[in-house]
Amino acid sequence: MFDFSVVTNWVHGWLMSLMPEGLAILVECILIGLGVLVLYAVIAMMMIFMERKVCGAFQCRLGPNRVGPWGVFQLFADVIKMLIKEVIAIRHSDRFLYNLAPYVVILGSVLAFACIPFNKGVEVLDFNVGVFFFMAASSIGIVGILLAGWSSNNKYSLIGAMRSGAQMISYELSVGLSILTIVVLTDTMQFSEIVERQADGWFIFKGHIPALIAFIIYLIAGNAEVNRGPFDLPEAESELTAGYHTEYSGMHFGLFYVAEFVNLFIVSSIAATVFLGGWMPLHVPGWDGFNQVMDYIPGFIWFFAKAFFVVWLLMWIKWTFPRLRIDQILHLEWKILVPIGLANLLLMTVCVVFGWHF
Amino acid sequence: MNFTLLVVMVLTAIVLVAAALTIARLVSPRSFNPQKAEAYECGIPTRGGSWMQFKVGYYLFAILFLMFDVETVFLFPWAAVVQDLGVAGLVNVAFFLFILILGLAYAWRKGALEWK
Repeated sequence: MFDFSVVTNWVHGWLMSLMPEGLAILVECILIGLGVLVLYAVIAMMMIFMERKVCGAFQCRLGPNRVGPWGVFQLFADVIKMLIKEVIAIRHSDRFLYNLAPYVVILGSVLAFACIPFNKGVEVLDFNVGVFFFMAASSIGIVGILLAGWSSNNKYSLIGAMRSGAQMISYELSVGLSILTIVVLTDTMQFSEIVERQADGWFIFKGHIPALIAFIIYLIAGNAEVNRGPFDLPEAESELTAGYHTEYSGMHFGLFYVAEFVNLFIVSSIAATVFLGGWMPLHVPGWDGFNQVMDYIPGFIWFFAKAFFVVWLLMWIKWTFPRLRIDQILHLEWKILVPIGLANLLLMTVCVVFGWHF
Repeated sequence: MNFTLLVVMVLTAIVLVAAALTIARLVSPRSFNPQKAEAYECGIPTRGGSWMQFKVGYYLFAILFLMFDVETVFLFPWAAVVQDLGVAGLVNVAFFLFILILGLAYAWRKGALEWK
């Protein structure tokens, strides 16, 4: 397996030979920040393009196809359009909170984004409580959404933000419980360790039945937590115009939009990391030749293939099912997913403690 | 644990938003019109503000969420060591979950999970 820490160590050594230690670390921090910034923006643009194309395919349309081959320059056109729209400040809003909200939303999204292990040695925040930190970081976004809804002084925004808050905090529980199931299996909370433990088979295969149930719960709850798919009623355009970002225009709105798409990618890549092995190639115990061949494919290709597969799955769900009502959403979470999640956690614990395999 | 990188990531997020908004402010057109600054509401002037007493129909869910989220916080350290604890860990947490599920059952029976 290609270990990216070779590259980072080489860069570190090279910078240390050029300049004093403090300056070298400063330059490294700036490089890491710029790298994350560029990756974040590129993934957001790719996601927006993919959404358009996949949506087109599911609705038997072509999607964007005029600007460049297969419409690939559409993504640049989208960014330029977003940039040259006027940023309107509305009169009766709470100006400070109104301007603060995009910062909070992007902050939660970037912190969660930094937890993802893209390859062996490519994870910015590799804490030993990684899963826990990820849960905490991804819930910062809710505060931003509530701020946006409240500060706009608009009834649509307020109702949208309240719905969004209720939905996101509810489904965060199921996300937590399903990841907890895997933490019980691995006895570690570090994402890089979780990936390493899947060297002899991904958890979806070797995690028995509880891992499979947890994966399905995670997909449903993750989809609801990013306000997408059949759970997108915080921004149900037929009832609430645009939900919590009704009053935001131009780039202000663009930031919410970008955060939403990157959050979809984050949810998918955590699903890929925790259940589908992250950057770990497909290994079958005993098939040494097969495993050797699979190791030739670099880890980041495995990671992005799995992450975009899950993204595609969630887009498929989004464009297939009609939108739910708020009481149906809360019913699904509290009366179905939470009890199943708790029972599943106990089942996994029993499996782990008694060493059962089925 | 590398907290320097955490600070770097927070700064990255702030720089991302600030840079995007600055570029947008520089290249986007500016035109003043009093109509533009009004709150959006189907075209007619807004009646009253929206900072009023608002029935948050979901506060019961928020309270339940608080209970279960704290439970998840307690379960994370347990989950990391359950393989060492063995059967004792399983029995303890089963009791813990039993009490919590009683709470959920009570809320369910009382109708707190119905959206009103």
